[in-house]
Amino acid sequence: MTTKPRAAGESRSRLDPEAVARRDFLGLAARCSAVAAFLLATLGIARLPKTAVLPSPSKKFRVTLPESLPPGEPYQPAGRSVAIFRDQEGVFAISKVCTHLGCIVNPVPTGFDCPCHGSRFDPRGEVIRGPAPKPLNWLAVARTADNTYLVDEGSTVPLGTKETA
Amino acid sequence: MSQGSPLALRELVANLRAAPRAFWETAFRSGRPTTDRTRSAFVFGNVFYHLHSTRVHRWSLRWVTTLGLGLITFWSFALTVVTGILLMFYYMPYPDGAYQSMKDIHFVVPTGRLVRNLHRWACNVMVVAVLLHMARVFYTAAYRAPREFNWVAGILLMAVTLALAFTGYLLPWDQLAYWAITIGANIAQSPREVTDALGVTHLFDPGGLQKLLLLGSEEVGKEALLRFYLLHIMILPLILVALLAVHFWRIRKDGGLARPEDADQRLGPPPPGTHPVFTEQPRKTYQLAAIVRGRTPQVDRGPENTLPAMPHLFYAELGVLMFTVLLCLLLAVLWDAPLKELANPQVPENPAKAPWYFLGLQEVVSFSAFTGGIGIPTLCVIALALIPYLDRERDGTGIWFGGPGGARLVLGSVAFGLAAVIGIEAFAIHFGWLREWWLDVPQLLVTLVNPGTVLVLFYFLYSVWVVRRYNSTRAGAVAVFTCFLCGFVVLTIIGTYLRGPNWEFFWSRADWPVH
Repeated sequence: MTTKPRAAGESRSRLDPEAVARRDFLGLAARCSAVAAFLLATLGIARLPKTAVLPSPSKKFRVTLPESLPPGEPYQPAGRSVAIFRDQEGVFAISKVCTHLGCIVNPVPTGFDCPCHGSRFDPRGEVIRGPAPKPLNWLAVARTADNTYLVDEGSTVPLGTKETA
Repeated sequence: MSQGSPLALRELVANLRAAPRAFWETAFRSGRPTTDRTRSAFVFGNVFYHLHSTRVHRWSLRWVTTLGLGLITFWSFALTVVTGILLMFYYMPYPDGAYQSMKDIHFVVPTGRLVRNLHRWACNVMVVAVLLHMARVFYTAAYRAPREFNWVAGILLMAVTLALAFTGYLLPWDQLAYWAITIGANIAQSPREVTDALGVTHLFDPGGLQKLLLLGSEEVGKEALLRFYLLHIMILPLILVALLAVHFWRIRKDGGLARPEDADQRLGPPPPGTHPVFTEQPRKTYQLAAIVRGRTPQVDRGPENTLPAMPHLFYAELGVLMFTVLLCLLLAVLWDAPLKELANPQVPENPAKAPWYFLGLQEVVSFSAFTGGIGIPTLCVIALALIPYLDRERDGTGIWFGGPGGARLVLGSVAFGLAAVIGIEAFAIHFGWLREWWLDVPQLLVTLVNPGTVLVLFYFLYSVWVVRRYNSTRAGAVAVFTCFLCGFVVLTIIGTYLRGPNWEFFWSRADWPVH
């Protein structure tokens, strides 16, 4: 069971290492596997609340713009936090969700104002002042028929991307 | 069977008569707590009481030692447990039901309104008391050896208390709740402010993961409500009770409350009429006591200026319970818990405010989400937990404002703490901050340099100066703790009373623009 006692000063080599007692080795292995089992179980438990399929409703919606929508005037479809604009170059949609902490910004003549922490954005959605770290998101817009557009809240496009009317 | 039955029958009748008394005696085996021995047995013979030691030092029983703050925290927690369970009879944790059931509880359910108000006020009392309790332990230097670990347990308890209060905030599903939690969830996501600025969010996104775990979705919806409910009624209370058991048990194992070494001289002889100290010679010696190192009252050491926990400590605890319930009842009768309109994900409240205890942080958040929501709170918790491991001095333990500098240093730190926070806030409100002067400032610079971080730096430099001036880490700890307390109070007041629509500064609510 235990190793043979050695005389003091007896040389050891790689070919003749000091043996680990089998009982010690098994005990160590048992402890390590118990710790590993607990860690794995914790990870497994943490895996459950991390949703695989997001339960949010569809982020795509169809919108028909009114014939007379002056440039710079937002069209705000009910139930969606999006402002849609039309100018000479085309149609574009800007998300009204503030990039700071997710409040809904209000379109104003100077652009957008956030009611929660005072972030201000210009009409293109770029930050003028306040704590917002990023410009407002521009959303993907696709024309489906005359004056009818498909807006996707889940997909952002680079600033300035416009869909030709 | 034959001759003995009348006798047995008589015995049966006698036993039946004696049964109530015998039952009482088996339940409370030690008898009436009238002698030192039976008073001790009253404590250690009862599963609910035996977390207490059987005798308490007279220093611990002075009300000025603790102001009863820890007990107020505990009793207000007990009150939230009782009222919370009652509310669960009617509350429905899904969006359509939640708000309606809150209305039912408020307007229809018998005593529902009072119970809800009590739940809300007991929660507020608990948050205030836990902060004051921490301040008490700090200013009496009671966190020192051997109580370092219990201080850390207390910090965790404070964090769990705040989490409990915050998760409860969503449950009414009104506008107040919805937008406070939207802000809270996005604060959980705010590490993205840093990962975005570094351009690594697609590789490493702890912020997004935190928000996803908290909400179970991208928005605050029915999944989030269920998760907050589960956290509020199950997970967090279990954690809190477990930590509480450790916290209370350690009080006893660490030798009761901290007291100065010359506590006995300071106290003088017990006033006449006090239940006598060690009236009887102990009849037993506890051999088991020999395996416990120090700190527990030992039977062979003679009087230690201790009094039996029954009745002295228990009556004090009962008194604090009565006070706490009375306070919560008064508040609950005078002020209703708020309930605004049904949550509307399209229209935020203006201003949208977090619960009051987070408004100081929200003030910092209004400069940088990551700094105010994650950076500074994490720093504070780590700094608080480190205090007992950095201050290893002995001078002033157990005495209010004990240690080098004393109350003068505390006053000086209050002055500096107030001046710094008011100065920086006045500057930022009047002149704006980086983005107002330089539009294209890199976000990372705003995250690193904003009124919150500058304030922390000022407080840090001041406390380093105090450490040098008094040649004492305790003095530095007093300086930094006092400064942060002042900062917390001032920022909370600004966030609560002086911030209006669009988070603009207003001297009074009357100046808010009318829509």
